[in-house]
Amino acid sequence: MSEPSPKDPAPAEDADSEPRPGRVRKPIGWSTIIIAVLVTVSAGLVWRRDGADGVLDILTHDLSLFGGILPRVLAGCLLGAFISEILPHEKVSRSLGPKSGLMGLLIGTAFGAILPGGPFTAYPVASALLAVGADFGATIAMVVSWTLIGYGRAVAWEIPIMGTDFTLWRIIISLPLPVLAGALGRFVYVRLYPKPLAKDDEN
Amino acid sequence: MSAALLIDILLWGSVLGVGLIAFRRGPPVFMASLREGSMDFINIVPRIALGVIGSGYIAAIIPQEVITGWLGPDSGWLGVATAVVAGAATPGGPVVGFSIGTVALKSGGGMPQVVAYVVAWALFAFQRVILWEIPFMPARFVWFRCAVSVPFPFVAAAIAMVIGKP
Repeated sequence: MSEPSPKDPAPAEDADSEPRPGRVRKPIGWSTIIIAVLVTVSAGLVWRRDGADGVLDILTHDLSLFGGILPRVLAGCLLGAFISEILPHEKVSRSLGPKSGLMGLLIGTAFGAILPGGPFTAYPVASALLAVGADFGATIAMVVSWTLIGYGRAVAWEIPIMGTDFTLWRIIISLPLPVLAGALGRFVYVRLYPKPLAKDDEN
Repeated sequence: MSAALLIDILLWGSVLGVGLIAFRRGPPVFMASLREGSMDFINIVPRIALGVIGSGYIAAIIPQEVITGWLGPDSGWLGVATAVVAGAATPGGPVVGFSIGTVALKSGGGMPQVVAYVVAWALFAFQRVILWEIPFMPARFVWFRCAVSVPFPFVAAAIAMVIGKP
């Protein structure tokens, strides 16, 4: 529950209030612990099956993968930080906020579709959008659009592996999904949290 | 020029573009967001390290054959449902996901099932969710996003059945 906590002021206990551009995470959260346990157990199983060599093989491969990804993670973080700084908050909450209607979902979809890069870009930018006033619906449309109709993964991986024909049809089939997912998200959200974050309302 | 290079150029070009806009708002704005972004980066690196370096082990203990088996030449909605579970459970990156999809196609999996698999994998492959999405986004948003995404691989399969493509 306490994930989006404000950065500068003493972290309030009711941390759901006002996720600000300064998104900070505790370095160790429950999800980190779960992953750590999962990784440790898996590494143990690999060790029992393949011995130390098997463990080392995977480690060196993944270390080089990690080295290659790092610069992109930095780019994603910078992109998210700049975007949350330069986007005017009122305008974002008007065009992507809870009352932005179909237009907001379409803008989120378009934004996700043209966003360059991989998960290292999409999630920091989506997080920045949430922080500057986009609602869950528009952000869902953006994330779903990035993953389903964004060109990055399709060009780099899907077309070479699955073929152009399959990929193009798969994307065409996916076209309506981001808006539908965003709409469903909004529909559920207002019913799940009828008085959304009363404290947050900028009166 | 490789696609990966092109994407890197686009990515850093975008960083440069928004950085320039921030800089024209004044150097303090620029410096503040630069610091903000760097701090995010420093905070996120340990988790990404754990996920990326650890994911190889997770992938190694879930053999691909298990996933491919689930995707067999099953047809109908049960096949679609199985494909959705398989997509969520697929470990590893895009190479693994799309290769499994290709194997499923070649071994007689139906189009709607394979479309459902690829869409489900894109929407909630567990490894991407825990590795990337949760570290970067509020956990509450991530679970909510995954929950409302559940119907959509089925919608995609239904569309594929109706239009009879790919």
